[in-house]
Amino acid sequence: MNKAISVQHLTKKFGTFTAVDDISFDVAQGEIFGFLGANGAGKTTAMRMLCGLSNPTSGEAHVAGFDLYKEADKIRKNIGYMSQRFSLYEDLTVRENIRFYGGIYGLSGSEIKSKSDQLIQMLQLENQRNSLVASLPLGWKQKLAFSVALIHNPKIIFLDEPTGGVDPLTRREFWMMIYEAAHKGTTVFVTTHYMDEAEYCDRVSIMVDGRIEDLDTPAALKSKHQAKDIGSVFLQMARKATRQDD
Amino acid sequence: MKAVAVTDVSKSYGAGKNKVQALQGINLPVDKGELFGLIGPDGAGKTTLFRILTTLLIPETGTATVNALDVVTQYKQIRKIIGYMPGRFSLYQDLTVEENLSFFATLFNTTLDENYELVKDIYIQIEKFKTRRAGALSGGMKQKLALCCALIHRPSVLVLDEPTTGVDAVSRKEFWELLKRLQQQEITILVSTPYMDEAAMCDRVALIQGGKIMDIDTPGGITKKFANPLWAVRRGTSFELLSKLNEMAGIKSCYPFGQEYHIVFEDERAKSEVEKELKVLGFNDILFEPIQAGIEDCFMALMKSTSDTNEVHQ
Repeated sequence: MNKAISVQHLTKKFGTFTAVDDISFDVAQGEIFGFLGANGAGKTTAMRMLCGLSNPTSGEAHVAGFDLYKEADKIRKNIGYMSQRFSLYEDLTVRENIRFYGGIYGLSGSEIKSKSDQLIQMLQLENQRNSLVASLPLGWKQKLAFSVALIHNPKIIFLDEPTGGVDPLTRREFWMMIYEAAHKGTTVFVTTHYMDEAEYCDRVSIMVDGRIEDLDTPAALKSKHQAKDIGSVFLQMARKATRQDD
Repeated sequence: MKAVAVTDVSKSYGAGKNKVQALQGINLPVDKGELFGLIGPDGAGKTTLFRILTTLLIPETGTATVNALDVVTQYKQIRKIIGYMPGRFSLYQDLTVEENLSFFATLFNTTLDENYELVKDIYIQIEKFKTRRAGALSGGMKQKLALCCALIHRPSVLVLDEPTTGVDAVSRKEFWELLKRLQQQEITILVSTPYMDEAAMCDRVALIQGGKIMDIDTPGGITKKFANPLWAVRRGTSFELLSKLNEMAGIKSCYPFGQEYHIVFEDERAKSEVEKELKVLGFNDILFEPIQAGIEDCFMALMKSTSDTNEVHQ
């Protein structure tokens, strides 16, 4: 397996609290990897470490081929990140956001120009190119944010609840974009609260109390837990949580 | 008497180029004791409608009443009988759990003890943190505290704005079970959500999109109205198959639903032609099984038909 992400015994403690407890897993290049877990299970902490934004307490990890401890700066250059809460600057226009992120990731002026035109055309935002991002409907914003997160052709894209609150039609268009990115070889690491979306992933891991309780293809998880869908698998596993939600 | 009655309400924000029509001619009757769901994505107008009902915004046109009290002229009386939990956590972060509760109780001239039976179920879950500042609570605990505060004066109408957004599947399920129990205390509950699957937990729902209500009915009533035969592909699904189905003639719509695809054909003949074509293309054993539409199927069909009519008008 050509590994995009490789994690061994990764642990993060905050004082006496173990947020991420000895997790190990691999993600293959081009895979759509669903990272599920209840609120407070440790997903965000794990994701922040993999993005090079937070130092692990112990354990090893390689992301896009780079060491988490020694090469965090290279990791950040080779990944894209998008979350529901923050991705684009609301008070910049569509074009300004594209230019800003292109610049941050070191694209040249001409690259930014051609990428802008290409993105705006692909997302059919020709009439909105000079509108503030704040004025776009949420679904458009999220599609634009996803495209901008891919502007530097990262090896891996991390998506943190990218479709929360998005209407059902746009939610499906968004997943078509995810499929296309994966088809072109980008690894997709995604969290979601929509259980139907978990079924779209190649493999799914389920985190409970800081540990990865299970990890497999949706089909294998369902047959192992004798469940009709991933939602039922998730409910079964997440109910085992003993960690106090405090 | 309706618990809530909304008649031809419209509301817009901004002006000129930046004008946003948040609500357009909304009509909404909610019966006493009903658990009523307002279902729609972000930006559909759910919060605006709730802010009008809770007397925090004034409608531009139309009228709205809560327990027959007018939201504009009788707002003071409405505020005494309504409980409101906004989408964003709005309690005092620097007061403790206990202090927040007693503050809101005092505002309504009551005490926690007086209505303890009503909030007991929820309160016992946060009681052990009663000396903790609200700002230091986890998301789930904040939500429970906010619900307690919204109930502390035993409101006859409870308005909950997206209480389950960003909440995991387990907690969402528990929250709805909690609402079902509250409903037995003869409280009318209006709840908004972007999760289509939660519609099934409501007595009736309104589907809202782009500031307009597309349908109001029982969940079963809505799904019965789905106009076309709906078919599912359950085995052999793949990105290649989905892309192919999306570009084939004779297919009116094809949407992924978790592990399956839901398909509407132009007509019966189109179905057999698609079946033939798939075999030629090497997609073997693709089986179309007839299924019942769910709320999400209906929502998307309604969204599509509304946007098609809009295009015709333009």
